[in-house]
Amino acid sequence: MAENNEGMLSPYRVLDLTNERGFFAGKLLGDLGADVIKIERSEGDPARRFGPFYHDIPDPEKSLFWMGLNTNKRGITLNIESDGGKAIFKKLCEKADIVFESFNHGYMESLGLGYGALAEINPRLIMASISGFGQHGPYRDYKAPSIVLWALSGQGYVTGDADRPPLSTSYPVPYFFGAMQAAIGALIALYHRAVTGRGQYVDAPALLSLAWAVGSDPQGLWLNDKTLVTRSGRYWPRPQPRPDGTMGYVNVPLTYPCKDGGVKFFPFVEEGMLPSTNGMTKWAIEEGFGTEAARTVDWSTWNWQAVSQELVDDITGCFARLFMQHTKAELWEEAQKRGVQLYPVFTAEDMLNFPQLSIRGYWEKVAHPELGDTITYPGAFTQLGVGSCRIRRRAPLIGEHNEEIYINEMGMSRKDLVFLKQAGDI
Amino acid sequence: MTSRPFEGINILDFTWTATGPGTLNPLAFYGATIIKVESRGRFDALRSLGPFKDGIPEPEHSYAFAYSQAGKRYNITLNLSQPKGMEMIKKLVAWADIVADSYSTGTMERWGLDYEGVKKIKPDIIMMRTCMHGHTGPLSKQHGQGFILTALSGVDALISWPDRAPSGAYGPFTDYIAPQFNTIALIAALDYRRRTGKGQYIDQSQHEAAMQVISPLILDYTVNQRDIAPCGNRLSYAAPHGIYRCKGDDRWCAIAVFTDEEWASFCKVIGKPALTEDPKFATLLKRKENEDALDKLVESWTGRRTAEDVMKLMQAAGVAAGVVSNAKDMAEDPQMKYYNFFVEREHPVQKKIPFYHGPGFRLSDETYEVGRSNLLGEHNDYVFTKILGVSDEEFAGLVAEGVI
Repeated sequence: MAENNEGMLSPYRVLDLTNERGFFAGKLLGDLGADVIKIERSEGDPARRFGPFYHDIPDPEKSLFWMGLNTNKRGITLNIESDGGKAIFKKLCEKADIVFESFNHGYMESLGLGYGALAEINPRLIMASISGFGQHGPYRDYKAPSIVLWALSGQGYVTGDADRPPLSTSYPVPYFFGAMQAAIGALIALYHRAVTGRGQYVDAPALLSLAWAVGSDPQGLWLNDKTLVTRSGRYWPRPQPRPDGTMGYVNVPLTYPCKDGGVKFFPFVEEGMLPSTNGMTKWAIEEGFGTEAARTVDWSTWNWQAVSQELVDDITGCFARLFMQHTKAELWEEAQKRGVQLYPVFTAEDMLNFPQLSIRGYWEKVAHPELGDTITYPGAFTQLGVGSCRIRRRAPLIGEHNEEIYINEMGMSRKDLVFLKQAGDI
Repeated sequence: MTSRPFEGINILDFTWTATGPGTLNPLAFYGATIIKVESRGRFDALRSLGPFKDGIPEPEHSYAFAYSQAGKRYNITLNLSQPKGMEMIKKLVAWADIVADSYSTGTMERWGLDYEGVKKIKPDIIMMRTCMHGHTGPLSKQHGQGFILTALSGVDALISWPDRAPSGAYGPFTDYIAPQFNTIALIAALDYRRRTGKGQYIDQSQHEAAMQVISPLILDYTVNQRDIAPCGNRLSYAAPHGIYRCKGDDRWCAIAVFTDEEWASFCKVIGKPALTEDPKFATLLKRKENEDALDKLVESWTGRRTAEDVMKLMQAAGVAAGVVSNAKDMAEDPQMKYYNFFVEREHPVQKKIPFYHGPGFRLSDETYEVGRSNLLGEHNDYVFTKILGVSDEEFAGLVAEGVI
């Protein structure tokens, strides 16, 4: 049964040098059982200054940003800029499988810790760099905060309401794409290493995967029809080719306001979705919001390419009037009864109250003895038949595992540790 | 020459729409062999989703389907309601290392192809299942929809101006988040099987996966009872921080100033170095206090310049800035071109399709192979006769009986 508590990646060690851009990569491999060692500078990772904070106390040991993204890691302090620190890092690399880093381009090379140098120490080592624009190309030295990546990737232009500027996310989503892609690249390299015996270098620019996530329509419509898709907020425009060969659109609401927030519903007409669309229509009619058009519509023969905007407005207007009479909880409950795929725009509170998640055991209570508290976290990113994907340990405190790793595992003495601390190496 | 990373790995692909293919494409890029199963009566739902080539709403004309199938696959049609269809599919399960599906609970079960079923055929099989709510719990049978998932996972709530109802994500954004978790689990499972000989069962709720990304915001609620509060384009520790109108029709540039040093550079670029002395804007705190006035000032400068000029001038001075790229800009973007991100493939019906793409990372020692989307049943002959060893005569019979 011991195996069942372990994860699929338990034989592997990951050295995690990332900052806020890349925490997620190591965390995901840790969730699958890898031994991830988060390496911080002696005063703690600079990203510990990011909020939110536990009970709003702005303390590096109380950053919820840090806690949420560094579970399943052990933590040591190490100054990779000093000669002594570099020597220790290289020693760690001898027995490591993967190094993740997310510094600005060229920083690791400037320390003599570029992939070439590390692969000389351990040819089996894999190194993955998480960045905004990548390690090569004309933008590689451009500053790349989230909003800039969101803009250049193509996401910004299509996001937001038509009457306002393009809209970014209120959370640094772009770097999560870079970090996940780095994890995928590193695992491919790891899997292939079993055959080749050698590691390799992974360059993961968030720009590319974010551009991928823009989806088919903008690229397809520009390159094939010279149409530019722009932002339409809560509407989903469905294309309608005109007789003259140009492209027109019918605007279909996707997000509707209700009494206390927003709900989403789309009248899909694909076979599997017909019961939902028919159910919604029936519901609007039953509550007295049906018009002639809603009462007579046959969704099974509906063609988005041929319907008029007036007809779409007429029928979706029935839905809209019904939604304004109810709260998102009421709508959600009734929708489920009727098999209608309508969902509230969830905030965290709605997620915590969503029965499906609790029933599947998604939430994990994690003990924080240092705070005298237990905190509820999102748990496994996937459920597995064999071995687990779960939170095995909370995020490390600053230097929490210095003794465990430097003394117990690397064989240093306590005297060494004191010396290294005073020399500014750890 | 060494082998490709996933050479010899066979994947039987029952997935449809976007998350499934997004999961498997990286394995195809690096050498896995994928057989995608459709049927003429029930083909991939993306084939009925536009936009369509030449506006013709036919299965082989969908851009959405083409875009999702960037990894090389073989495509077969098989009618699983016929006994001979089931016979063939069982042979394919035996051929496979991985069986992947993205149906809600019920479909694979009806065919006897749930994990218990496929394990009987191939004990060390890896089964990857992904659906909106996962395969346990009261909602496991609900059909998924990327647009709904952006609502459930907090993405929509986070793409919003603070003073009105959420604008929400453009498109099914979580369909691009969820597959990345799956690919990670799947490669880990392959490695685990190589080491231990054991198969694996992966049950992904796309909702559970997508919420991982905002874990700190969920902790803010479970610890501080503070719920998600969108802030438009602003950021609590930067100003200016926004998307600003530039010269031209619907042209914009993002600009973000974090430090006082960057602020000084910004003021120099806009030709107002004395602005650093203006008490209204001298410190981050003051800039945040007077952010509306600050944004007007920024736009009075950007509005007279092209977005490209704004980006180049700012970045050259060490200030973060980026053009808000539309599809044309993306296609011409020098950085994406450098990485050869979009690649063109010739499609039998849609002809030149210019928006295929490889992985979101580059490996130093491995090239990747980008495929093109397939026609329904394009590889029936090859798969049934060459891979499964069905005789030409028997193959003709299967076609005649409507099994294939």
